[in-house]
Amino acid sequence: MTELLQQLINGLSLGAIYALIALGYTMVYGVLRFINFAHSEVFMVGAYAGYFLGPCLGAGTIQGGLATLAGAMAICALLGVIIEKLAYKPLRGRSNLTVLITAIGVSLLLQNGGQKIVGANPRAFQFAGPGGVNRSLFPETQLHFRSLTISSNQLIVLGVALALLAGLWWIVHRTRVGTAMRAMSFNATAASLVGINNSAVISFTFALGSALAGAGGVLYAMNYPSIDPLMGTLPGLKAFVAAVLGGIGNLPGAALGGLLIGLVETFVSGTRASTYRDAIAFAILILILLFRPAGLLGRMRVEKV
Amino acid sequence: MSVLLRALRHLGWVCALGPAIVALAVEPIRVGEFSSLTGREAGLGQYTHMGVVLALEELNAAGGVGGRPLVVLAEDTQSKAGESATVVRKLITRDHVVAIIGEGASGRCLEGAPIAQRAGIPVVTPSATNPKVTAIGDCIFRVCFTDPFQGTVMAKFARDSLNVRKVGLLVDVASPYSLGLAEFFRQRCRVDGGQIVGEQRFSGGDKDFRGQLTALKAANADALFVPCYYGDASLILLQARQLGITVPILGGDGFEAPELVQVAGAAANGACFPVHFSTDDTAPRSRGFVERFSKRWNKVPTGVSALGYDTLMLIADAIRRAGGTDPKSIRGALAATTAFEGVTGRIAIDAERNARKPASIVRVEGGQFRFLQAVTP
Repeated sequence: MTELLQQLINGLSLGAIYALIALGYTMVYGVLRFINFAHSEVFMVGAYAGYFLGPCLGAGTIQGGLATLAGAMAICALLGVIIEKLAYKPLRGRSNLTVLITAIGVSLLLQNGGQKIVGANPRAFQFAGPGGVNRSLFPETQLHFRSLTISSNQLIVLGVALALLAGLWWIVHRTRVGTAMRAMSFNATAASLVGINNSAVISFTFALGSALAGAGGVLYAMNYPSIDPLMGTLPGLKAFVAAVLGGIGNLPGAALGGLLIGLVETFVSGTRASTYRDAIAFAILILILLFRPAGLLGRMRVEKV
Repeated sequence: MSVLLRALRHLGWVCALGPAIVALAVEPIRVGEFSSLTGREAGLGQYTHMGVVLALEELNAAGGVGGRPLVVLAEDTQSKAGESATVVRKLITRDHVVAIIGEGASGRCLEGAPIAQRAGIPVVTPSATNPKVTAIGDCIFRVCFTDPFQGTVMAKFARDSLNVRKVGLLVDVASPYSLGLAEFFRQRCRVDGGQIVGEQRFSGGDKDFRGQLTALKAANADALFVPCYYGDASLILLQARQLGITVPILGGDGFEAPELVQVAGAAANGACFPVHFSTDDTAPRSRGFVERFSKRWNKVPTGVSALGYDTLMLIADAIRRAGGTDPKSIRGALAATTAFEGVTGRIAIDAERNARKPASIVRVEGGQFRFLQAVTP
């Protein structure tokens, strides 16, 4: 029983990070109908932004940690907008395949550029504390409930992810720009006809999605404190799977998909089949898509001719 | 004092440059090296390479080998599978090296060394401990102890010194090094009447080990044996302590790198593992090496630095004894090594081309690797 609860917490804190990244994939898909494969590199840049900002903003305290998180999110939001303006905007109106290949190109550029600039060697995501002892981004303690042990970092990941999800829901459903986003994802041409500035909405979507990926990068690095320029690939792929699993283009679906993938991975890890962890996560995706091609929460739409 | 030292260093340069200028006229002896200079195990490759470079500079400062200077052509395997074979082929066919310093990670050494074996170029690996490495053929040597030795030693240490009866294993199934160590540990543990109460697997490069560790915690082991390299080990140590696992965690020589402590911080304290060379060693030869290395690189050497140093020194010694640079006679001279005085101890090459020599077990205390006990084969 304890083991089950412990695995549940492990799985939720991993899944929450996948959920944050998956939201970025799904938002861009909703508005532009293409998969932004450079998203996993924005996640990596988020981790490095946290690494370099941390010492300046006082990592190791709650305020310092939150400031670092916010700083990394801002940098990633900016990066997302720049990527969109330079790489995707000139291709507006071209076939989706062209944009998709460009996205892969941007992803490779960021990976290899990252290796050139910060070096290929992994770095420790730890910050110098008093007395020469390295410490985590946030103050860290272990909480014990009977034989259950929860790291405060895991709770911070869950808390921050929940807060960001709530913030995102508020933006999408309660603000003008959110309404514009939803209108665009429903019908971009009609949205522009009623006076919505498509370009501005797209930029905002990229900023929002990239900021979430940046937060995901910092939280991931905090929980697994060894970062390198190629670190985004696998979590990015998992988050993409999570977005498809939940129904691409659907926000609650992406969050649900992320949590599910995290839970499945963690539970499989604790069994003898642990080496098949990734295979099982992907097999579940195939199964669900066989029976619900639009994903768990995606709505089936009939193509109209 | 420091003025005197600086003057001595300048004198050293003059002495070093003198023969080097003469040597410019003669063709240098080309030695190859393939190593994980970047990527996940870059710490391993970099520290080995620094030892190699130190040996190279000292050899050339002393006039090279047989009046000819040495050059080391270093190739990077990027800590990735698939690179080693390519770079070894390049070293042999394009650079025409007479001997090769092998990759320190067993998996990648197993990939590159067979190509050298086919070409008849001798390979000496500083720290590839898997027994299959030297079994590739008569051209492959090593200057470190082997996995059967360290697996057995750690099982004995767990039982005799830590009084452990029930052990949990966490093994990297993608690494021959990890699988080999786990196998020999398991064998010895069974012989001693110990019990493996849980065994979990992962693939090198994974970041999340909480699932496996939670299952191991539930198995109530007295100690965990986690044979893997420092990159994975540091994350495992960190997550184990976060999950409230307090039992001792034992590892292999792959734990030894400053990155272990940088990433895991206080969670690394208490981890025990065997090393090839302890900086606490008081033998004059070892002391001198630590001093020269620290002066050259502004860093404290790790075990693999000493092994890298010994590897190139042994190759130079073999070339000297062979009386020429024909790879075949260098191979013969390497195989005939009976008492090479290295900084990691006296090295004798046995019939299986392995080095028989003692090891030390260290424990992490306050971020330092403290010498615990010496063990002999």
